[in-house]
Amino acid sequence: MHASDVAVKDRGLAEPTDTSDPKYFHKVVDCQWACPTHTPVPEYIRLIAQGRYAAAYMLNWESNVFPGILGRVCDRPCEPACRRGRVEEKPVAICRLKRVAADYKGEIDAFMPDIPAEKNGKRVALIGAGPASLTVARDLLPLGYSVTIFDKDPKPGGLMRTNIPSFRLPETVLDEETERVLNFGAERRFGVEIKSMKALLDEGFDAIFVGTGAPKGKDLDIPGRTEGSSNIHIGIDWLTSVAFEHVKSVGKRVVVIGGGNTAMDCCRTALRLGGETVTVTVRSPRRVMKASPWEIEDAEHEGIPILDNHAPKAFVIENGKLTGVRFQKMKEAGTDKSGRPKLEPTGEEIVIPCDDVLMAIGQDNAFPWIERDAGLEFGEWDMPKVDKVTMMSTRAGVFFGGDAAWGPENIIKAVAHGHQAALSIDLYCHGRTLTERPPPGFNIFSQKMGIHEWSYKNNYVPTKRVAVPHADKVAALRNLKVEVELGFDDKLAAKETERCLNCDVQTVFAAPLCIECDACMDICPVDCINFTQDEPLPALREHLRVPARNLKQDVYVSPPLKTGRIMAKDEDVCLHCGLCAERCPTGAWDMQKFMYVEAQAAKACLAHHNAYL
Amino acid sequence: MSYIQKPVAHHPALPRNALGLTRRDYEGSMSTLCAGCGHDSITAAIIEACFEMDLPAHRIAKVSGIGCSSKAPTYFLSRSHGFNSVHGRMPSITTGANMANKDLVYIGVSGDGDTASIGLGQFCHAVRRRLNMTYIVMNNGCYGLTKGQFSATNDKASPSKKGEVNPFEGIDLCQMAIQLGAGFVARSFSGDKNQLIPLIKAAISYKGFAFIDVISPCVTFNNHPTSTKSYDYIRAHNMASENPLDFVESKDEITVDYAAGTSASIPMHDGSHLVLHKLGEGHDPRNSSDALMAIRKGAAKGSVVTGLLYVNEEQQDLHDILDTDARPLNTLQTPDLCPGSKALDGINARLR
Repeated sequence: MHASDVAVKDRGLAEPTDTSDPKYFHKVVDCQWACPTHTPVPEYIRLIAQGRYAAAYMLNWESNVFPGILGRVCDRPCEPACRRGRVEEKPVAICRLKRVAADYKGEIDAFMPDIPAEKNGKRVALIGAGPASLTVARDLLPLGYSVTIFDKDPKPGGLMRTNIPSFRLPETVLDEETERVLNFGAERRFGVEIKSMKALLDEGFDAIFVGTGAPKGKDLDIPGRTEGSSNIHIGIDWLTSVAFEHVKSVGKRVVVIGGGNTAMDCCRTALRLGGETVTVTVRSPRRVMKASPWEIEDAEHEGIPILDNHAPKAFVIENGKLTGVRFQKMKEAGTDKSGRPKLEPTGEEIVIPCDDVLMAIGQDNAFPWIERDAGLEFGEWDMPKVDKVTMMSTRAGVFFGGDAAWGPENIIKAVAHGHQAALSIDLYCHGRTLTERPPPGFNIFSQKMGIHEWSYKNNYVPTKRVAVPHADKVAALRNLKVEVELGFDDKLAAKETERCLNCDVQTVFAAPLCIECDACMDICPVDCINFTQDEPLPALREHLRVPARNLKQDVYVSPPLKTGRIMAKDEDVCLHCGLCAERCPTGAWDMQKFMYVEAQAAKACLAHHNAYL
Repeated sequence: MSYIQKPVAHHPALPRNALGLTRRDYEGSMSTLCAGCGHDSITAAIIEACFEMDLPAHRIAKVSGIGCSSKAPTYFLSRSHGFNSVHGRMPSITTGANMANKDLVYIGVSGDGDTASIGLGQFCHAVRRRLNMTYIVMNNGCYGLTKGQFSATNDKASPSKKGEVNPFEGIDLCQMAIQLGAGFVARSFSGDKNQLIPLIKAAISYKGFAFIDVISPCVTFNNHPTSTKSYDYIRAHNMASENPLDFVESKDEITVDYAAGTSASIPMHDGSHLVLHKLGEGHDPRNSSDALMAIRKGAAKGSVVTGLLYVNEEQQDLHDILDTDARPLNTLQTPDLCPGSKALDGINARLR
C-alpha cells in the first residue's frame, strides 16, 4: 500500500477502486456475475448477432454444459440481474437467445474435447444421472478418468427428464445433450437403484459423487388423505410417471396445490392429459409465489386460474371417493422478520370439487441408502455435511452436488456444483490440497479500432424485449409433446441481440491522462460520471449528479485528479455506449473488453473460450 | 465526432423540474465539436440552467453567428426557436427579434472572433441599447474552425501552439461591456460549472443586457503549456473566489442568514435574488469603477478574475427606454395599430 492510500483511509474518504482485482469488472457484467457458472453472456450474444451460432453454442457449452436444455428451462438468474432491466422495463431475453444458439448451431462434434484412449487409472462413481453428475463426467472424462454413472431411472437426465414436461423441454434436446457427455465414454448403469453407500464404497472407487437430487415430494397430512389416496398424487412422482408414460390420463377436474414451478408443470400437464377444469391453489399471496413469473404467465395463458390465499384443510371424500378439496381462505396480517407475509384465516371456507389432486408443495432430500455409520456426518434436517467450496462430505473422497448437497435449487446451480466437484475430485485423486483451487482466468484489452470506432456495436437501440412466438394453443393443449415455445428465428434473435448493452466492454479510466474538461460527464446519457469532491463513500453516493442508491452496484472511484477532485462513476445504469471514451480528448477513458473464465478441471473443455476473441 | 446517436435512454431516477421535464429534455443534437471542447461544457451549463429554472423551451430563442461557438446552439434546447445568422450579426438579429417579441428569453451565443473581430460594432451597439438578452461569448482566444490563428481576445503573452508570438494586445470584452453600459457583466470558465450555472441563471433572470465572457479552452489549437487560455492555465490563475455568489430562484426560499456587511442580496426582476458573498474582501460588483479596477489589477498579476464583475440593479432595457407597448409588438392587431379614419381626420384637421 502506498503512503497516499494510507492517507486516504485515515481521512475516511472514498478509496480509489482497485481494478486489478478481477472481481471489480466481473461484477459489472451483471449477467455473468449472477450466473452460477459465469457464462460469458454478452460475448455469446455478440456471436449470435454475427450469426456464429456454433461458436455461441460452444462458449455456452464450455461453461454450462446444457445450452439447449438451459435455453428452455433455466431459472435464468442472469435476467433479473441484467442491466437493461434497470434502464428500461425488461431485461434482455438471455435465456431465449441461448436457445437460438442451440437451435441453429449445426454440426459441433469437431469442437468436442479429445478423450484420451489411455485412462489415468482413476475410477469415479457418479450417483444419479442429473445435471450435476453429468457435469462432473464431462469435466473428468477428457482427463482420462474412468467414470461410472448410476441412475434408478432407465434414461439419463434426472429431474430434467422426470419433472420437466416435454412441452417445455423436448426429449430430443434432452437426449442430445445428455448423450453427448455420456458418449465421452462414461459407463452407464441405468435402471439400477443404489441401496447402500457401504456397498458402493466397497467397490473401490477412487471418488464418489452423489448427485441424487431432492427426489422426495412433500405430502400433506390433512383429513381424507388416506381415504382419497388413489386420486391424490405427489406432484413430482406424478410428473415422473407421465414422463415414462405410466400415467396417460387424469380426471376432468383437477386441483393443483402449490405455487412453485412444479405446480405450474403439473397444472399444464394435467390440461394436456384430459383435464378440463384445472385450478391451481396457493396458500400464500400471489406476490410471494415461488414460481418464475414467466411460468405463471404461461399457465395463465393456457386458461388456468391461480387462486392465492387458499390453505387446504381437508380432502372431501364421499362414498370412499375423492370429490373435492376444502380450503380455508387466508388473509395477510403483517409480515414476519424475513419480510414474508403472515397469514391468518378469514373464517371463510370453500370446497373446490375435483376428481384428482396434485400436490406440489415442496421437495425434500432423502438419503435412506446412506448408512449413518458409513463415515459421513449428517447435520441439520438430516442432511450430510458438505463443504461449500470443495463439495466434499466429511468422508474423504465422497462429494455431493446439485440438489443433493443443500436442498432444491436449479439446473444451473447443479452444473456449477458439478464443475467445482470435478475440480475437487481431480485434486483429491492426485493427492493435492482441495482448498488450493486454480484461480479464474481474466484479461482486459482495448476495443478501439479507429477514432470513434469500436470492435463492438456501441449504438443504443431502444427496442423493447422481443416476445417469443408460441405454438397454436389448441394444438399445443392437445398434445403433451408439442413444444409450446417456438423459439426465436434468426431475424427475431438478431433484433433481440441488439438490446444487449455489452456490459463486458468496460469503461476504464486512467486518472493521470485526465484534464478535467468535463466532456465525458456532459455527454454521458445516463449521468453516471461525476467529477466531484472526495468524501466518504456513503456521502459521495448521495452527492452524485443522480444519487447512487442502488447499493448492489459499485461506484468506480479514481485517485485524486489535478484539481484535487475525483472521478466517481456509478456503474448502475451505464449503457457501455462508449461516448465518454469518444468525447475524451486525451484517451483517459477507454472501452476495454473484460474476459473472465472460471477455472475447470479439464482445460480441454475451455478450448473455445479464447478462440472467438 | 461520434457516429452514433446519443442514446435516448436516461437514468430512471433523473430529477424532473416543475414542468415534469428532465435535463435530457433540454438537450440538442450530438455535438460535432472536437472531443474535450470547452464549448460543450458551456452547452451543458446552459442546459442545466434552463432545466433548473423550469423554462419552457418554446419560450426561448437562441441566436448565434458563425464559428465553433455559433454551432453550439444546435447542441442544446432542440425545442427552442433558433437563428444562426451571418458572421458577427447575431446582435442585430436578436435586436429585431426582441423588438418584435419581448416575451421570449433571448440567449445569444457568440465567439471571440464573432464578437471581438467581425461583430465588434454590432456588439457595442447591442450593449449600448441595453437589449434584454443573455450574451454568452465562448472565448478560446483562437480561430478553431480555421486552424487556430490568433483571435482578437488572445493575450499578447500567449504564443500559438507552434510558438509564434502574438504581436497584438488582446481585447478584454468584459471591460468593454462595462464601459459601454452593460448592466450585468460576468466572466467564467467552462471547466467550473459550479460558478457558471448560477451566473447563467442570474443572467437570464436579469432584465437588461447581461454579458458573460466564458473562457473555453480550444483543446485542439489553444491548450498548450504556454497558452493563457488552456485548462491548466485558467485553473492555476482563476480568482474565482473574488466574489462568489448564490442564485436564489423565486421559487426557493432564502434560508441562509447571510452576515450583514459581508454579503448582499440583489433582487432580480422575476422575483429571484442574487446573493453576493465576501463583499468585504472582494470588490463590490455594484460599482463599475471598482469592477474595472478589479479586472485590471488581476490582469496585471497574470490572474483571471472570474465571477460576477458588475451588476446595475436599476438598469432599464431597450423597451423601457423606447417606452414600447406593454404587449409584445407581434401580438398587436389591426385595431391596435390602425387608429381608424376618425383619428386620421383629427390629425388632418390639426394640420389644416
